Amino acid sequence: MARILTMRKALSEAFRQVMEEDPTVIMMGEDIAGGMGAPGELDAWGGDLGITKGLIGRFGMDRVLDTPISETAYIGAAVGAATAGLRPIAELMFVDFMGVCFDQLLNQAAKFRYMFGGKTKTPLVVRTQYGAGFRAGAQHSQALYPIFAHIPGLKCVIPSSAYDAKGLMIASVRDDDPVIFFEHKVMYDTVADDVPERPYAIPLGEANIVRDGEDATIVAIGRMVHFAMEAARTLERDGIDCEVIDPRTISPLDEDTILDSVRRTGRLVVVDEAYPRCGIAADIASIVAERCFEALKAPIRKVTPPHTPIPFAPDLEDAWLPSADKIAAAVRSQFEGRSR
Amino acid sequence: MQLTREALLRAFRLMQTIRSFEERVHDEFEAGRIPGFVHLYAGEEASAVGVCLHLDEHDFIGSTHRGHGHCIAKGCDVTGMMLELFGKRDGLCLGKGGSMHIADFDKGMMGANSIVGAAVPLALGAALAAKTLKTGAVSVPFCGDGGANQGGVLESLNLASVWKLPVVFAFENNGYAETTAASWAIAGGDIVNRAAAFGMPGVQVDGFDFFAVHEAAGAAIERARSGGGPSLIEIKTGRFFGHHEGDSQTYRGKNEVGRLRAERDCLVRFRQRVTEAGLLDPAQLDEVAVAIATEIDQAVDLARRAPAPAPAALFENVYVSY
Repeated sequence: MARILTMRKALSEAFRQVMEEDPTVIMMGEDIAGGMGAPGELDAWGGDLGITKGLIGRFGMDRVLDTPISETAYIGAAVGAATAGLRPIAELMFVDFMGVCFDQLLNQAAKFRYMFGGKTKTPLVVRTQYGAGFRAGAQHSQALYPIFAHIPGLKCVIPSSAYDAKGLMIASVRDDDPVIFFEHKVMYDTVADDVPERPYAIPLGEANIVRDGEDATIVAIGRMVHFAMEAARTLERDGIDCEVIDPRTISPLDEDTILDSVRRTGRLVVVDEAYPRCGIAADIASIVAERCFEALKAPIRKVTPPHTPIPFAPDLEDAWLPSADKIAAAVRSQFEGRSR
Repeated sequence: MQLTREALLRAFRLMQTIRSFEERVHDEFEAGRIPGFVHLYAGEEASAVGVCLHLDEHDFIGSTHRGHGHCIAKGCDVTGMMLELFGKRDGLCLGKGGSMHIADFDKGMMGANSIVGAAVPLALGAALAAKTLKTGAVSVPFCGDGGANQGGVLESLNLASVWKLPVVFAFENNGYAETTAASWAIAGGDIVNRAAAFGMPGVQVDGFDFFAVHEAAGAAIERARSGGGPSLIEIKTGRFFGHHEGDSQTYRGKNEVGRLRAERDCLVRFRQRVTEAGLLDPAQLDEVAVAIATEIDQAVDLARRAPAPAPAALFENVYVSY
């Protein structure tokens, strides 16, 4: 029988289960319990959107650590603790805040194993909110994962369903490399699907074919998977049968699943919420152009936001984001002026 | 704190090893045999050794771009280090780290670090692990006067106090952040003044005096180990070489280095003190120094002839699995 959970509940369950199975897993971040030292109640927030509520009561203050607003110090401490026997899950409240603490991931966590000749491992998860649609403006809405995927030594996970969120989180915590885990702030409560109660891990680096199709391949990331599915349903009415692929992790990237699909369909549309320049959409497009150009029946199309910061005004933010309509238009354009 | 003859001899051996290592690296670099950048620790030996003599391999240190002394004081293999500096296959980090990134986690040496101040948050994490896993270990991030002005270091002082971590912040103030005088760049005059602001004890010591460093570090480390929380030591020291090898040092005073070597050398002062007190015999110290010189000779000889890493090493150890 189906057990429908929101992404919020699926992630909460994953945290509880990984902390139960492994006493070396700890969590840290700003207000992940909340109310520390304050006259009111402890666990006042459970993270700014309540994702970690209840954990401090269950696992105690030694394993659920609130921090001052000092991202360099505590992300760095999480990296150091990972080399010294713990498996920290550090929350960076919004990925936009990476600007104040990037060095500890860019030059420390990512480099240790390589530059120290394989003599250490850094089993760390940094989980962080990303994404537009919350009317949160230019400094709280970005999808900065291409910056992390650019760096050898880091892994990058972006779930699109509650089922994937739980399985990928458990896999990320059990993984021996540093993983940056991106949670779309709009999806916590708007996405819900069937989530088994038992702990399970989804291997990093395995794409999910969300929808089988024969005429065009849509590769979409994170929240864009849902937009792509909506577009696919629309296009089906026009007689265009789309395959929708969710890479789930962009580092490692399951290139084979994407290439196999494009070789079958001959068309590729890549949909992403990150900025277009030097982004993951451009990266996937280049991989396909390089490796299976001969299979392409139409030019590759990208559907991304424009190269601008994210506007606050709701009308502008909606215009900034990709949409099912934009995706459908991109796919249709691949059939114009050509025989099917 | 009373030191046994054995401990004194160990202190001398480590300080002399650092000095001989650095003097030799200076020569080898000048001769063009060592690639990249090197930042020498000569002059500052009493700091690393005075602190690390209180630590064993279960304790942690974080280091800086000027890390050779910290490595040796924490027990890293000198030959492995020399091979690493030469970029050779059998270097301590398989030739993929180099001078600025030598680490040996088996010895609790968390790595030299070429990002100024970056090892401080990392060492905080090791202290957190020690506290969470109840190992009884302490963590000592070494940091220079330049690093003392990094935001992450100031954040770390605060966080260590908030979390009551077993940490001793060892600030080595050698007077210069590259070319910039600490007296100009450290607002408030002394790094030690910052301890009070973060609710921890702080003490300033003469970094050319091994005994002063050793005593201050001993008290701070004992406090951390027994659950008393973090503290700060400012070690006032000076480097015998430039910021990096090749530095013309025009920002330094006339004969400043000459005077440091002649008047403040920690090895000379150590020798004077232990021999005058009749604790160690001068001949014994000479014998140790000769043995160390031979060891360094052999390490250099080996490093010069050793094979480079195999081409496949380029692709190895990016991830545990990918």
